Amino acid sequence: MLELLGWVPLFPFLGFLILVLASERFSKPLAAWIGIGSVGVSALLVSLIGFEFLNGTMQPFKLVLGSWIEMDDLSVPFGFYLDALTMTMLFVVTGIGFLIHVYSAEFMASDPSYARFFAYMNLFVSAMLVLVLADNLVLLYLGWEGVGLGSYLLIGFWYEDPNNGYAARKAFVMTRIGDTSMALGLFLLFTQLHTFDIQSLMLHAENQWAPGTLLPVVSAALLLGGAVGKSAQLPLQTWLPDAMAGPTPVSALIHAATMVTAGVYLIARTHALFMLAPTVQFAVAVIGALTLLIAGCSALVQTDIKRVLAYSTISQIGYMFLALGVGAWSAAIFHLLTHAFFKALLFLAAGAVIFCFHHEHNIFKMGGLRKAMPLTFWSFMIGSAALSALPFTSGFYSKHEILLAAFEVSPVLWAVGCLGALITGIYSFRLVFVVFFGVQSEVLEKSLGWRMSAPLFLLGILALFGGLLQVPLGSVFPALSSPDRDLTFNLVSAITVAAPLLGLLIAVLFYLTGAFSAQRLANCRWAKPLRLFFLGGWGMDVLYDNLFVHPFKTITRLNKNDAVDGLYLAIAWLSKRLHLLVSASQTGHVRWYASSLVLGTVAIIAIGLLS
Amino acid sequence: MNGIPMEFGLLLSAVLFVLGLIGVMVRRNLIMILMSLEVMLNATGLAFIVAGSRWGQADGQIMFLLILTLAAAEVGVGLGLALQIFHRFNTLDADSVNEMQG
Repeated sequence: MLELLGWVPLFPFLGFLILVLASERFSKPLAAWIGIGSVGVSALLVSLIGFEFLNGTMQPFKLVLGSWIEMDDLSVPFGFYLDALTMTMLFVVTGIGFLIHVYSAEFMASDPSYARFFAYMNLFVSAMLVLVLADNLVLLYLGWEGVGLGSYLLIGFWYEDPNNGYAARKAFVMTRIGDTSMALGLFLLFTQLHTFDIQSLMLHAENQWAPGTLLPVVSAALLLGGAVGKSAQLPLQTWLPDAMAGPTPVSALIHAATMVTAGVYLIARTHALFMLAPTVQFAVAVIGALTLLIAGCSALVQTDIKRVLAYSTISQIGYMFLALGVGAWSAAIFHLLTHAFFKALLFLAAGAVIFCFHHEHNIFKMGGLRKAMPLTFWSFMIGSAALSALPFTSGFYSKHEILLAAFEVSPVLWAVGCLGALITGIYSFRLVFVVFFGVQSEVLEKSLGWRMSAPLFLLGILALFGGLLQVPLGSVFPALSSPDRDLTFNLVSAITVAAPLLGLLIAVLFYLTGAFSAQRLANCRWAKPLRLFFLGGWGMDVLYDNLFVHPFKTITRLNKNDAVDGLYLAIAWLSKRLHLLVSASQTGHVRWYASSLVLGTVAIIAIGLLS
Repeated sequence: MNGIPMEFGLLLSAVLFVLGLIGVMVRRNLIMILMSLEVMLNATGLAFIVAGSRWGQADGQIMFLLILTLAAAEVGVGLGLALQIFHRFNTLDADSVNEMQG
């Protein structure tokens, strides 16, 4: 059964090929069947493989399908590697991918480019599967770039609006910065260790490099650059909020559940390298902590429902980075899993609201939807509870684990994480209270069909009970020392649990009972600039505009005529002049020709005689 | 073949050659230019004959035969061109057929 692994990424790719070649010639139901079916078959294969794998010895399984690049001492096979980490990612990608595909079938029903949408989605799923299955870094990089392409195509899916195209380009360029750094890291690893195979790379690195020396630090830092770009972490996080320009199922699949977690996967996959570079690993934790705080503050003040969720995604991935940085590898992957459940749920529920509200994104124009959309309301409720890690939801188990592990390394990181949890509680329930409580805004025309309800329902169950899943990652990662259960530990646990509850209380006071007015707070003297600062994502966009975009534009404007071209244009101009000079002597006077011939001959003879 | 030194023969051929050359350069009539070319060719032929007889070898005379053939062909083509030019421009003035303007 495990040999079927090769078919898993192939099916979505075939679906992509068929749909892209047929473009819009297929009827909508047929396109949906192909698009959903290909991912569905993959999901089925993954569950069969997973059943056998989890019931077996869980020994890593390697499958080489063929050779891709073969020269000298460089050998890159199409090799897949299956262990518990890959298995977890496969479940996330195919399972949630399948649910989101089903959901899209209805969400996109009125779109003229129906087949194109499913073609891009299939391409993305296939690339993501290659990314998580790859047994060497080059194949992983192929998947890495593939998901970047899928993300670009889908953010700019409604390309008629230039703003969407701009958002797509921004996402592409920002992640490309990280990808370049990652490629350099790959080259460095290959020149030093002479292989691209991840497992033997890690083995060689552990055997040849002393911890904390220059080489592991530099290569880990370069890989971290790639992870930071893909996972929208500080300082490359500005593309994700704009990426919300794409259709909502895309945001759920790519920009919440799968692609943005690729950076977390990369670091977890190469954790042996990061353990050899303690400074870089600590930097991962610091980046995570800063990002979760910055993005959380921005999420507090957004008015666009999808942007709130986008910032919260950045913030949650910050938690995963924090976990990676403090060595809680399993907790990071566990949070990746639960986050995929509840964030996909939240995005799909937000999509349902947007779907029924004629593509309205402003949460303050919504309100009182509790009665009108009960399923969406409960989905959102569960999603927000899990997002803010209220006890006994899925997010609670993973986040709790992360924060306790962070406390072991540094109380400061833990405190930042707890503050972030408090903020998460505020903004997620702010969203619920503003959208679903209060005065009902208007009567809705559309209702949800089963293709949108069923994924919401299933994801709701997963988001609620997903925390009970036992992810068997012990075979992949080194175990964490269990902390002493003393008084400090209990206190820390209690505060960790209390932080999101306090956030919930604040949200209730501000947005439900109206005991405090958020409006008045926003208008007071010191809060107003702060609000604008948070709204613009801490001014990072403005900073980058002034630091890179504007100078670049100025330089290009100055160099409009291309300084380098000037040299070649001068050569062309000179030869043209010379040509005119010579052609002026071609008068058509035969006797002139004869005379110049004679003169030349005489001159040559004279030179010959006199020299 | 005694009596006349080689230098005289060569001098004669040089004088003839220069005369022909001057003719090519200064005459405007195409026929006259062709005739001057003939003079130049014959001057070189004379030089070959003189040299051949000086060294007592047949090579000079073979070369002259070659030049004779060349001259015949050249005159054939040249006169044909001159005829065409006369048809087209109604003149044989070499200076008035300069349609190429550089």
